[in-house]
Amino acid sequence: MVRFIDVHKEYDNGTKALKGVNVRIDDGEFVFLVGPSGSGKSTLIKLITAEIAPTEGRVMVNGFNLNTITPRQVPLMRRTLGIIFQDFRLIEKKTVYENLAFSMRAIGASNRELRRRIPYVLQLVGLDKKGDRFPGQLSGGEQQRVAIARALVNNPSMIIADEPTGNLDPQRSLEIMMLLERINELGTTVLVVTHEKNLVNRFTKRVVAIENGRIMSDGTGGYYNGEKI
Amino acid sequence: MARRFDAGYYISEGVHSIFTHGFMSFAAVCMIVACLIIMGSFSLLAVNLDNMLGDLENENEMVVYIDDSLTQDQARALQPNLAQVDNVSQLTFVTKEAAVTDFKAKRQEIADVLNDLPSDAFQDRYRVHVVDIERMAQTKAALEQVEGVSEVQAAIEIADGFVMVRNIATGVAMVLIGILLVVSLFIIANTIKLATFYRREEIAIMKMCGATDGFIEWPFVVEGMILGLTGALIAFFVQWGLYQLVAKLAVQGNGLSLVTMISYSSMATTILAVFCGVGAVIGVGGSLLAIRKFLQV
Ligand SMILES: Nc1ncnc2c1ncn2[C@@H]1O[C@H](COP(=O)(O)OP(=O)(O)OP(=O)(O)O)[C@@H](O)[C@H]1O
Ligand SMILES: [Mg+2]
Repeated sequence: MVRFIDVHKEYDNGTKALKGVNVRIDDGEFVFLVGPSGSGKSTLIKLITAEIAPTEGRVMVNGFNLNTITPRQVPLMRRTLGIIFQDFRLIEKKTVYENLAFSMRAIGASNRELRRRIPYVLQLVGLDKKGDRFPGQLSGGEQQRVAIARALVNNPSMIIADEPTGNLDPQRSLEIMMLLERINELGTTVLVVTHEKNLVNRFTKRVVAIENGRIMSDGTGGYYNGEKI
Repeated sequence: MARRFDAGYYISEGVHSIFTHGFMSFAAVCMIVACLIIMGSFSLLAVNLDNMLGDLENENEMVVYIDDSLTQDQARALQPNLAQVDNVSQLTFVTKEAAVTDFKAKRQEIADVLNDLPSDAFQDRYRVHVVDIERMAQTKAALEQVEGVSEVQAAIEIADGFVMVRNIATGVAMVLIGILLVVSLFIIANTIKLATFYRREEIAIMKMCGATDGFIEWPFVVEGMILGLTGALIAFFVQWGLYQLVAKLAVQGNGLSLVTMISYSSMATTILAVFCGVGAVIGVGGSLLAIRKFLQV
């Protein structure tokens, strides 16, 4: 669950990245967040993950009020999110399995929990045979699957992906989106930021379009750049 | 998910981190060893000096001569008045007869000449020890004010000399130790900063997953502590070797054994405890100094 009420974000250098954003994402939804470069997509994501704080307005994430959240509560809020980046951000010197284990240990999971959860998640992303490979021994698409597995491994209620397919070819990109769709069908809320118009239009999902820091359109079925397709 | 204090994890991460940037760890340990040894050497010097000064101070007594006009009984009666004087710790009454006997005993070679020395040549006196030799001059003046006292003899210059030597040694040691502590702290802080730099991606991932600050900090605190304690342990043994060497040279250097040194083994537990304590404080302090800033994300 994400709720933005009249959110403004002005960076220290005076850039107004968001200018009064109202958005509501309910549990179980699949949402594309689209918009041109510099429109404020990543800013919106960083507000959700509490990497930055809003200048004005209210932000609620999975029951946490980010306007009043204490530093001690921030980690607890982040445990409800699984975050995926364009550049994967895997630990190169750890194997696939160890990368997932690392994330689980970070929130205090026991070895027993690791042994139970990791094979299940790897099988879900189709990498059950490659647990002992290092990221460098995998293709870009496979590396992003590892990142998705890592985001899932702590069983978050929401997955947030900022341009997860930016480094992948169209076929790999489609496969990643279909994987995210499947994860959504299993009950996890999914928010995907993307540039790729064609990719968005392959799905019939809710599309939130942002431009110049404002929500331009919000609807199901392929709104993009203000024009209905 | 369960929140547990996983000491095994923190220790293995801390140890691992030490080896991934071995050179800096080595430099940090060396610095701690150097710091502790210089600190230890000064402290041991001060302790030994203090010990020797203590002996000498004990011998440094004042003599209060009692006026001839008083009878021996009257002289004895002065004891409470003298004892009342501030800073007086010990009073011993010595009759003129005892003084003569003592005088003769110390000069056996010329005993014949002294044989018919009249006891009248001596005065009844008190031997006085003081609590604090720094205030010897005031005590002397106060004793002279007591009725029935004819004269007070005291080696004020020698007492002042002792006090000055001790004060200078303590002052120099304090300043040096202070400087070295700060330097070591910064070296450790830099080592840990380097460690966090090596692991910045992992830290970012841990934060993203919802790791608590404590979980992220602990391995670095453990790392700093291990560096500090390793340095302390090495310093303890090196200090031991150095001390034995100096002790041997000191004994060889003076056959009269004017210099008496306290044995290292009798102080070993204290030294080890102090070194470990200081090492751990420097190590943990340096870690906290290094990670305090970057955790504010
Ligand atoms: N840390 C920052 N400090 C100052 N300005 C920033 C910062 N981050 C982003 N901006 C500015 O805020 C605006 C929105 O940036 P944001 O990263 O949200 O865009 P975006 O929609 O994610 O773009 P892209 O598609 O290129 O990733 C831009 O004008 C950008 O230059
Ligand atoms: Mg962006």
